Amino acid sequence: MNNAVMNLSVFQLSIAYVFVLIMLIIFKSRGIKREKQILIASTRMTIQLTIMGYVLMFVFNNPSWWLTSFMIIIMISFAIYNSIKRVKIQMSKELKRIIAFSMTFGALLTAAFFIIVVLSVRPWFNPQYFIPISGMIVGNSMTGIALGANKLCSDFEDKRIEIENSLMLGASPLEATRKIVNNAFDSAILPTMNNMLTMGIVSLPGMMTGQILSGTFPITAIKYQIGIMLAILGSTAVSTVLFVTLGYRTFFTKDSRLK
Amino acid sequence: MFEIRNIKFKNILDIKFLNIDKPITCVVGPSGSGKTTLLRMLNRLNVPDEGLILYNNKDISKIDTMLLRRNVVMLGQTPVIYSSNIEDNLQIGLEFSKKLPASKSRMKEILERVELNKKLTDGCGNLSGGEKQRLCLARVMLMDADTYLLDEPSAALDKDTEQFIIDNFSKFVLENNKELIMITHSEQIAQKYNNSIVRIENGEVVKSYYE
Repeated sequence: MNNAVMNLSVFQLSIAYVFVLIMLIIFKSRGIKREKQILIASTRMTIQLTIMGYVLMFVFNNPSWWLTSFMIIIMISFAIYNSIKRVKIQMSKELKRIIAFSMTFGALLTAAFFIIVVLSVRPWFNPQYFIPISGMIVGNSMTGIALGANKLCSDFEDKRIEIENSLMLGASPLEATRKIVNNAFDSAILPTMNNMLTMGIVSLPGMMTGQILSGTFPITAIKYQIGIMLAILGSTAVSTVLFVTLGYRTFFTKDSRLK
Repeated sequence: MFEIRNIKFKNILDIKFLNIDKPITCVVGPSGSGKTTLLRMLNRLNVPDEGLILYNNKDISKIDTMLLRRNVVMLGQTPVIYSSNIEDNLQIGLEFSKKLPASKSRMKEILERVELNKKLTDGCGNLSGGEKQRLCLARVMLMDADTYLLDEPSAALDKDTEQFIIDNFSKFVLENNKELIMITHSEQIAQKYNNSIVRIENGEVVKSYYE
């Protein structure tokens, strides 16, 4: 097994931009007006990752609990902001706060458990582990919560008559929305489950591929991948279940009326 | 049963005093006059900005909302059918109001009563608007509440079905010593059940009389 990673020269990397060029040509010839967005997306991706590379280098060279924590706080804040932005329906302040709480609590708890208990990383703040693994966990919770919130809000809009009808029959808000809440949870968790079903057959996940490329034994890489998938499932489940069970209440008044 | 004192709600309702104490009360008035808002307030789906609503001499804002709604059941304008079959749709009202499930024979009896010729195991996908409304009627009848609120069921229905729903419900209410407050825009129907008529115009009660 070759343990040395092939270094990629800037020149080699720049050849890969030929794909952007191909895309530009296709769009141009088909008259699809997206050139500007393609350029912005490619440029942003390049700049953001380059900066991240230097930031990680710095953090790895200066490992400390506060630097790791600071990185995690930034990551979570961005994830909260992004998942709120991805919900197309106007949300109440209360609901946004619940998104923030569920994301922080769900993702942090699972990440900490996975890194400290399962992987037994010492010291716990070892940035080489804590940052990329938390990143994956936070990212997946973000997607889950955004999907769940979209479903929850759109169902509350579409099924207002049904919810109110259940209230008229004496149902509590919990009973009147049980199906809606479950559906929101389901749609949040479904992509992760589907992903797990095809994993290893259709897709070789990014983290595993990365580890293999950098010379790790495939079996070790796979063990990490299984672990991280379970952690992702856990964090998505914890954060979305928190979100939906706390979130549905924000649609009702204290005396069980729809707002 | 209900006593309303000085309630105001946005620019929609302004009622100084209204007493509803007959077995059947018809609320009439032009559309947009505030009838539905009034009915929703009795079920506490809306809350007045000011004023007092008493149910059996108790301030309804002091009664647990769920308990109130289990005693004062409302049947909305649009029939709501939950997925699954006829039986589940009948039982769900009892389930929501924390009552014991109805027996098969009782459910069949009630389906006969509303003249819905369906089996308990039948699905609800193919029900017509009128059939849906009758299923909803059967559902609330099973709940055996003390007071019923019926919002004008005519929105999606033809005249005959509306008449059928109202006749059928009224008979049930009178036979079982219940109370019914219903909204109708049909003067004919109101005349027929002119136990008590409340006329609302521009959010105010212009007439409330007994025949």
